[in-house]
Amino acid sequence: MIAALKPFEAKSERITFLSMLAVLVVMLLLNTMVGEGSALHLPAYTLGNWGKYLCYAVLAMSLNMLWGYTGLLCLGQCLFFALGGYAFGMHLMLMTVDYGKVPEFMQFMGYHELPGYWYPFYNPFVAILAVMLVPGLVAFIFGFLAFRSRIKGVYFSILTQALTYAAAILFFRNETGFGGNNGFTNFKYLFGGDLRTIDATRWLFAASGILLLLVYWIIAWLLTTKFGKVQLAIRDSENRIRFSGYSTTHFKLFVFVLSAIVAGLAGALYVPQAGILNPSLMEPKIGLDIVVWVAVGGRGTKLGPIIGAVLVSALKSYTTSAYPDYWLIILGGLFVFVVLFMPDGIVGLTKKTWAKYRKKEVPA
Amino acid sequence: MRFKSSILAATAFATGISASMAEDTVKVGVLHSLSGTMAISETSLRDVLLYTFDEINAAGGVLGKKIEPIVVDGASDWPLFAEKAEELLVKEKTAVTFGCWTSVSRKSVLPVYEKHNGLLFYPVQYEGEEQSKNIFYTAEAVGQQAIPAVDYLLEEGMKKFYLIGTDYVYPQTTNLVLFEYLLSKGIPVENIGGGLRKDAAGKVISAGNYTPFGHSDFQQIVADIKKFSASGDACVVNTINGDANVPFFKEFAASGLTSEDCPVVSFSISEDEFRALPAKDLVGHLGCWTYFMSIDSPANKKFKDGFQAWLKKTTVAGVVKENRVTCSPMVLSYNGVYLWKAAVEKAGSFDVEKVTAALQGGISFEGPGGTVTSQKNHHVTKSVFIGETLETGQFDIIESFKDVYGEPFLKGTFKK
Repeated sequence: MIAALKPFEAKSERITFLSMLAVLVVMLLLNTMVGEGSALHLPAYTLGNWGKYLCYAVLAMSLNMLWGYTGLLCLGQCLFFALGGYAFGMHLMLMTVDYGKVPEFMQFMGYHELPGYWYPFYNPFVAILAVMLVPGLVAFIFGFLAFRSRIKGVYFSILTQALTYAAAILFFRNETGFGGNNGFTNFKYLFGGDLRTIDATRWLFAASGILLLLVYWIIAWLLTTKFGKVQLAIRDSENRIRFSGYSTTHFKLFVFVLSAIVAGLAGALYVPQAGILNPSLMEPKIGLDIVVWVAVGGRGTKLGPIIGAVLVSALKSYTTSAYPDYWLIILGGLFVFVVLFMPDGIVGLTKKTWAKYRKKEVPA
Repeated sequence: MRFKSSILAATAFATGISASMAEDTVKVGVLHSLSGTMAISETSLRDVLLYTFDEINAAGGVLGKKIEPIVVDGASDWPLFAEKAEELLVKEKTAVTFGCWTSVSRKSVLPVYEKHNGLLFYPVQYEGEEQSKNIFYTAEAVGQQAIPAVDYLLEEGMKKFYLIGTDYVYPQTTNLVLFEYLLSKGIPVENIGGGLRKDAAGKVISAGNYTPFGHSDFQQIVADIKKFSASGDACVVNTINGDANVPFFKEFAASGLTSEDCPVVSFSISEDEFRALPAKDLVGHLGCWTYFMSIDSPANKKFKDGFQAWLKKTTVAGVVKENRVTCSPMVLSYNGVYLWKAAVEKAGSFDVEKVTAALQGGISFEGPGGTVTSQKNHHVTKSVFIGETLETGQFDIIESFKDVYGEPFLKGTFKK
């Protein structure tokens, strides 16, 4: 346990990590151990929503690896999320019908036989492998070409946005064979369990929580290594680090592929919890949403992306019901406020305020 | 008063209100997109639903209970639709939900309604091939829109049909059904335009010419249509969705084609869409729905006047008050509420199972578009009208089909 906390050198970091773990465990316990009549009971419906927020948080962390720590603003992070979702969704769709039968959305399109490349997805572990491989491979090819040509800054951002837009158009086509605009829906079974039960909601929440903590740990650990130092150096002055003899292309490519894999995993866990997957997840506006989450929480901080993603998503859930006519204005106002007055997001502001408070305290 | 005690008083007051409200109200969900790409269409359905609830409440409510609408925004965001549906069912415990427009939003919430055994009324023309025990489709099925429209065109002596649509499941399915139907009526394959796609075995799996959402370049397609319609006995069956209709009809008119040479019958353009479309480019072309605003009947007059009066005095935020029209999805929403009310009263309960059973038993309502009757298969028998577009954005009704049965499963039923 102590060894596992090694990446967290400062005491406050260890406390942060352990309190995240504690919050997740408590949420789960409030749902399972506290009776429904109690005021402390956490309804399955809320737990299900939080499971989705956790996936969003992992997605935001994956962008933060790129934008916050390597200085690469990727506007197509949603593509990797969606690709992971589609890879896992293929397995889920196969589980809705008997072996060898064609899922309903394909019957719609007139298919009578399952195309050959669907068969490996009967195995959930192959699907999980594909969840990592497909986004990883797309990121590798795109990253290789982009970084080798030294495409940087805003040009890189625009290209990633174009990539996700192109993918969305491709997936919207019915001929592509992934259900077009209707996408994947009506999932039923996973690992032999029924996805429509409370137990499934709990397991998926737990899995999302574990993924979040794992990714958090990996990011923190990477930052303590020499690799992490180079990563930050690329962000701060890429030319200088290249002159020092480092091949920044390889470093950037590695981070890009890793972040795509993380986003893919988050997408895979998100799909059974959201209950629907369609190409609108690849639309450029979703890619921008992720940037907003990271900016609101605090770019380049470990906790920021998590806070940003959870806060904005929870606020969206709440306001679309409480203020259905004004929620866009409320959220839009928040974003403008953050950009104008909190350049380092919520975490940055908290740190600054804390530092000021400490300074005042010392002379007294 | 001190702060703390005023809070206490306010809380007591609030709980008092909610307790008294809980006694004689029934919660009803409204699940439409009030923002995003679908807002332009779906906001009208929210408006008409709120009007209907007010009308029913003024007349004493349902089973003596006033309807308390819970309006949420699906935001044209399909995962959010599923989340909101669950919230309405689990947290708000609504007795029924009226909502959804796009097929993907309905597909998104369907598992939620089945999981929690809820009840959803779906009001917009759709592709069929679906029948959930937890959904009631007041919508037009393919047999209540596309088939009668083609029947009319055949009557008019049309020999060639060009199929065009946006690439998603409603146009794809509708055109596939129409393809089979046209063949069964003796139209040869070469007279069905737009192209065919076949699977490995040579079976047609897609008929028609498809463009993505928001497509804007119709030059090639219109040139193709012009060639196709040179014989003078051709028409276009249009399932293009939303604003892509603007460039299509502009290009159509620019190429010199008129409704005389080659009429276009559209299934996705209602009176409400003319708020965003140039009606002058569509004059003379046809529409087909189970309701037109121009229907001359006492029930329609009462509905239209009631809605306009409600618009004048409503204080609901976000309701556009000027230049409002009524259209088929609005009326099907309105009908849905009254069918549900009648079913609840017949069942004597808000229980989903009992209400569904009552609906399956057949309930009739004299709606603005004529009598509608619920069927055992969760669809609705209603009258179908063909209208010719006028410059005002209204339709001149030129043909009607009375009491058309709602059948969702049409694919593969028409044989040569």
